[in-house]
Amino acid sequence: MPELIAKSALEGFSAQHLAGATLAEAEVGPITSVAVYPDGAKALAKGLKSIGLTFPAPNAFIEKKGTRIVWNGRDQAFLTGVVPPTLEGAAVSDQTDGWAVLALGGPGAVDVLARLVPLDLRLSAFPVGRVVRAPVNHMNAVILRTGDYAFEVMVFRSMARTAWHEFEAAMQALAARAAMKS
Amino acid sequence: MRLKCPLCGERDRREFHYYGAEDYLHRPEVDAEPAAWDNYLHLRDNPAGMTRDLWYHEAGCAQWLLVTRNTVTHEISAVELVAERAK
Ligand SMILES: [Zn+2]
Repeated sequence: MPELIAKSALEGFSAQHLAGATLAEAEVGPITSVAVYPDGAKALAKGLKSIGLTFPAPNAFIEKKGTRIVWNGRDQAFLTGVVPPTLEGAAVSDQTDGWAVLALGGPGAVDVLARLVPLDLRLSAFPVGRVVRAPVNHMNAVILRTGDYAFEVMVFRSMARTAWHEFEAAMQALAARAAMKS
Repeated sequence: MRLKCPLCGERDRREFHYYGAEDYLHRPEVDAEPAAWDNYLHLRDNPAGMTRDLWYHEAGCAQWLLVTRNTVTHEISAVELVAERAK
């Protein structure tokens, strides 16, 4: 059996620093979809408790020691950063290879997002611990506010390079505009 | 135009896909009269005023929504999850 090498969709893309923002690939570890069965919430809560988590409210994620549970739809969430324990009450499937995760950070990050996402993601309107399913231009994405000046953007793996390109272009445009002013 | 998705909050109209009248939620039984199927498939009201129709939150939570709105004033009075409506 040949040895297969696991590669992320953004393999070889190095971090970009422009316009007060940094774009890099985020390493979030395993990504597991947890889709709650009708009447499965109670059983699922038990399994999640074993790793110190509860099922998140809509538009929220909960983080414990690098493990996150990220709301991403009705009765649906992603568990990231951990190989999941046995979970009852939900359909559980490994989605690690299906997603690309971009980290966007720095004081300029909100301005970059404002160019691509038609939602109010300013720091005051989108606090740490919030997550939205929203379009990045026309790409479906899951966007998390992970820190004071830190966001993560999850896109379908097939969209990884397009997403990178869009963010890079937005950063370049902001940098060019700033250069004109000075 | 904005719709307030019960899950995602207020979102731009372009995030949604319009499907059609609420009638699509009331599928006749398999052995229903042809008239019932004709009504279900083809016959629609065209109200000036309150109407209820189905929208899909394509660029958000991917839920079907039942929207109550006024075609005259453009007021939107309710947005509900189809999945959680009383059967
Ligand atoms: Zn929604």
